[in-house]
Amino acid sequence: MQQTLAQKLVARAADRSTVTPGEIVTCKVDLAMMHDSGGPRRVKPMLERLGARVWDPSKVVVITDHYLPAYDDESRRIIRIAHDWVREAGIGHFYDAQGICHVVLPERGHLRPGLFAVGGDSHSPTGGAFAAYMFGIGATEMLGVLVTGEIWLKVPHTIAMEFDGALAPGVSAKDVMLFLIGRFGMDAGQYQAVEYRGPAIRALPMQERMTLCNMAAELGAQTGLIASDEVTADFLKRGVEVWESDSDAPLLAHHRFDAAALAPQVAAPHSPANTRPVTDFREVKPQLAYIGACTGAKLEDLRMAAKVLEGRKARMRLLVAPASLRDQHAAEAEGTLGILRAAGAELLPNACGICAGYGEHLLPENAVAISSTARNFKGRMGAPSSQVYLASPYTVAATAVAGRIADPRELLQ
Amino acid sequence: MRAWLFGDNVDTDVIAPGRYMKFGVEEIAPHCFESVLPAFAATVQAGDVVVAGRNFGAGSSREQAPAALKHLGIAAIVAESFAGLFYRNALNLGLPALVCADAKRIRDGDAIEVDAQAGRIANHTTGETLACEAIPAHLMEMVRDGGLLPHLEKRLGRSR
Repeated sequence: MQQTLAQKLVARAADRSTVTPGEIVTCKVDLAMMHDSGGPRRVKPMLERLGARVWDPSKVVVITDHYLPAYDDESRRIIRIAHDWVREAGIGHFYDAQGICHVVLPERGHLRPGLFAVGGDSHSPTGGAFAAYMFGIGATEMLGVLVTGEIWLKVPHTIAMEFDGALAPGVSAKDVMLFLIGRFGMDAGQYQAVEYRGPAIRALPMQERMTLCNMAAELGAQTGLIASDEVTADFLKRGVEVWESDSDAPLLAHHRFDAAALAPQVAAPHSPANTRPVTDFREVKPQLAYIGACTGAKLEDLRMAAKVLEGRKARMRLLVAPASLRDQHAAEAEGTLGILRAAGAELLPNACGICAGYGEHLLPENAVAISSTARNFKGRMGAPSSQVYLASPYTVAATAVAGRIADPRELLQ
Repeated sequence: MRAWLFGDNVDTDVIAPGRYMKFGVEEIAPHCFESVLPAFAATVQAGDVVVAGRNFGAGSSREQAPAALKHLGIAAIVAESFAGLFYRNALNLGLPALVCADAKRIRDGDAIEVDAQAGRIANHTTGETLACEAIPAHLMEMVRDGGLLPHLEKRLGRSR
């Protein structure tokens, strides 16, 4: 029986040779990741109420990223609970103030092809870039995982998004996702698995693949997946098993695109599905450019911004919150961060920050911003009257330079 | 019970804004829907029903979104479809989430009654009865127990 990558991953976790899309199975969880917001502060009291212990503390990873830096009594309390609980419960892996969970998790070697993992955050499909089945769950469902080590799943169908050719210079994974969400809608994924394929995908570095899988969330999929290959192995610095779909495995849908034809995309307020080519937005003049979040401030994202900003000055406030401390150090060492600083960028901490509506830099009333993040829902990044345009790091940087939404391809020539 | 009608792709930031996430649900609930329907939280009555179009609850994994609705007394959510993560969260909190292809036949302010067990909506304003997809059998017991936490409490208590 021909199986998709998603089916193979679920079958392994369910201890079955094959599974059929639509059937309900119980999977053993190899890895449970939590952050400070949906993690310890929520599960600790529930575990206490049950008088239960964590099924296997060595399989749990806690990463603080939401309430950092702590700026008031509540956020300090939330971070303190994370520290206390990790110690009390004997949690195997704790990364405090090291960056955003979806970026820290793979950079510290916790993901590998074949794994079945859950995360207490909606952008957990990011892990699918490593050919691991990973999806987001809420705090009570996480409690269930912590107590039982298992979770139920409706075996997903697979929607294949295949990209032939190669992306043009100045066009990135973010543009691919904004295009797909605009074209198919925020519920196109139908809570099934989306698998990205084709030569244009294979040519992408790991962190760009992570952006594709990250925004499977905005496409409404349970997870986003990419087969493992030598790029996966190089990133993880280890040999990896090949996990991929059988060539004739049945698909729910199979969409094919010419990657070379894709232009930079921008999503207008207040939905990532409000997408049109960048050239349709030339009249929009944001006051703020934001490069941040797991979606848009990894090392690869910072490099894209630097390509555009090298030797240029931002004509608006440019905030950069590198997605992880390790990526920030790498960007510093190679000169990328120096280019951003010289262009006028202000550096913010390695945390979720404005993207998720946390911290002290929220958008004021009527602010217009362009952002490399994943969501521009009304009021998400600050005042309900603020307007957020989503774009790639290239386009955010080009906009910062031009003073209005701009096509990065013109600056990269 | 009053139906509160919403459109497609209602997201979790609208249901439970991120800037209040540091607080408990008692403090989040008054801000439920404040960016699109500021009067909602103060006007909603226990037993009311949220009715929506496609992909209700898109976005975050934050359980505070269904928790805020439950805290305000919402008895059930009826939608053409749900974001999968929100759907699981709602049921895990014991808040019935019902998929109903005809959800948009319900008008804002209609008096409706939801029978989650039977998968049926009675619209007392129009006299119509609408069918919903059944909540999967393996989850219905959990919903009846009031959610995953009391369900686990029962299971663990039994095994001790």
